[in-house]
Amino acid sequence: MSPTLLLFVVLAAMALAYHLGRKRAIRVVGGVSQINRLHSLPAYYGYYAALWAGLPALLLLLFWIGLQEQILTALTVAELPPEVTADLSEGRLSLLISDIRSVATGNISSGEISPEVAAAAEHYHRLEGIADLALWGLIAALVLAGTAWGWQHAKPSFRARNRVESIMMLVLILFSSIAILTTLGIVLSVLFESIRFFQKVPWTEFLFGTKWSPQIALRAEQVGASGAFGAIPLFTGTLLISFIAMLLAVPIGLLSAVYLAEYAPRKVRSWAKPVLEILAGIPTVVYGFFAALTVAPFLRGFGESVGLDIASQSALAAGLVMGIMIIPFVSSLSEDVINSVPQAMRDGSYALGATQSETIRRVIFPAALPGIVGGVLLAVSRAIGETMIVVMAAGLAANLTANPLESVTTVTVQIVTLLTGDQEFDSAKTLAAFALGLTLFVVTLILNVIALHIVRKYREQYD
Amino acid sequence: MNASAEAIAAKPSTVTADKLGQDQSTATTVGEITSANPRMRCREVNVWYDDNHAIKDVSLDIGQNEVISMIGPSGCGKSTFLRCLNRMNDTISTARVEGSIQLDDQEIQDKSIDVVPLRARVGMVFQKPNPFPKSIYENIAYGPRIHGLTNSRAELDELVETSLQRAGLWKEVKDRLDASGTSLSGGQQQRLCIARTLSVSPEVILMDEPCSALDPIATAIIEELIDELRAQYTIAIVTHSMQQAARVSQRTAYFHLGDLVEVGTTDDIFNQPQHKLTEDYITGRFG
Repeated sequence: MSPTLLLFVVLAAMALAYHLGRKRAIRVVGGVSQINRLHSLPAYYGYYAALWAGLPALLLLLFWIGLQEQILTALTVAELPPEVTADLSEGRLSLLISDIRSVATGNISSGEISPEVAAAAEHYHRLEGIADLALWGLIAALVLAGTAWGWQHAKPSFRARNRVESIMMLVLILFSSIAILTTLGIVLSVLFESIRFFQKVPWTEFLFGTKWSPQIALRAEQVGASGAFGAIPLFTGTLLISFIAMLLAVPIGLLSAVYLAEYAPRKVRSWAKPVLEILAGIPTVVYGFFAALTVAPFLRGFGESVGLDIASQSALAAGLVMGIMIIPFVSSLSEDVINSVPQAMRDGSYALGATQSETIRRVIFPAALPGIVGGVLLAVSRAIGETMIVVMAAGLAANLTANPLESVTTVTVQIVTLLTGDQEFDSAKTLAAFALGLTLFVVTLILNVIALHIVRKYREQYD
Repeated sequence: MNASAEAIAAKPSTVTADKLGQDQSTATTVGEITSANPRMRCREVNVWYDDNHAIKDVSLDIGQNEVISMIGPSGCGKSTFLRCLNRMNDTISTARVEGSIQLDDQEIQDKSIDVVPLRARVGMVFQKPNPFPKSIYENIAYGPRIHGLTNSRAELDELVETSLQRAGLWKEVKDRLDASGTSLSGGQQQRLCIARTLSVSPEVILMDEPCSALDPIATAIIEELIDELRAQYTIAIVTHSMQQAARVSQRTAYFHLGDLVEVGTTDDIFNQPQHKLTEDYITGRFG
């Protein structure tokens, strides 16, 4: 009995309840000609019945799906003979449980099936059957009770419209709180893991240390036993690459925005804008291999021909490609801002005999500047958080350097390397990823807040 | 009336004053289109926005040191006509202007004419005050700077001061020239825009409903200002207020659906309108 089938049954029941509620509302007042005696339109009585028929049942279904497996497992484990579970570690117990479940669902288990496991699996299977039946029964009861409740309320004096409106509001609040709570949950989990990290490594060392070498020795006498968690090289690397990216993206994005907003004939704009948007739609991983396979070797070859030593994973290559990725972002934000400068400003300037470029430089640009700054800051926070390009094109070695021709690494690259592959989740090495993530989050959050503040302040000026 | 009758005889484009005008789409203008001392001379001006014929064969002179007001119901083309006079319609890509418009016998419609000096000679004040989001000083200094009118900071300071004085704003703002132009009140902003226009020493000033966004007191100040400016400048003003037209202008032109229906001295237009449409409009029957 799948939950999907149940879901459809509930939805069908809702449709039926709507029909019944509406019908009854009309019948109670004595036909369609009398519906103005009802407090609300008949459909609202239908909605009311449908919501009562469906919502409790759907909520129950949601909780049931979430909890069924855990409860059944707990019940099964409790039924196991004590001598089987007595001296099992946590890991072995979960292995045993997955064995039981595999046998119960007819999958392949990890080894010989002992009689205890077979018995437990049968027990599990039986419990599952009972649970299914109980679910069906409960849902049917809820749907029937809800329908009856709604149906019985279809009376002229009942304020169905107001009730439906408030139920709708509750549903909307529920969904928006899901979004908010998810964000909160992510932030808190990163925060708690970071606190665990800072218990192992002092935060002063993390924020101000200049050496990054996230090694934790397995044995005391191991080579490279000393780990260093100074994040400064990572942040300078991130800033260097972002700076190169902005150096490319801001002028190109801004000037193309000026062209598109002020000079371009309608025809040019109608195809140039979509092309820019395509640039924004290229997956970052594609930019990544473009950087690693095309730009970096080209720069290296070019460097050799003029006698410069350019690392094959130079900050320059990653930064340039990231800049190209950000161009459409800067350009579309700036274009919006430039377009929102009132035409009256342009007219005023033209009427004084200013040329188009004088008008742009001296009137439109200063007027749009706060908005442009806000857009650029948003682009910077985008660059700082960008991962895929730097994973593929930037290096892994944490060099503390300002030379764009050398290889640097970034915060995001280190997070990826720390967390990919088999990792233990209690060593400082892995926990460092959370601390890095938290710092990155705080930095981009601050940038975004400043940017949005500037943009909003600017908006007020002309409203 | 005698003087105008003689002129009518000389000009084929005008018609003697017998109350015609049952015909709504009159192609000819009643009254005297010429001016004794014309600065701008428009002949058979037509404007289209795409296929919309917004101005139809309008001929009109704008004379030295006179204020000419253009009145008419909304959408009659009076603002469009005004914007032809300094080629502001160039900024509207769908607009197409035909006919002859001369400033001091020079054809401004000619594509070889540079609009930059033209717009310095024919300034414009807009319906809604549109100070730049800069300081009061910079708002005025903008025009002289782009035209290179001054050689030193001292000269520029002086020009800013005289412009503000002529616009009657100096006393109110002399202590806060660094304040933003947008921080002024609506009437002050509009006088700032007038000062800005005066700063580049125009010869003709076009005003497009300059008081429609202002309160009566600010309006009275601006109207007084217009009257003073008449001594030095030639002014064309578009207005929705017939009282304003009567107060500030010497000549009045009545537009209707893209036609220049009637033009004459302000006294004549308001006291003895010749055309049925003009009479209907000024007596408040429509518009």
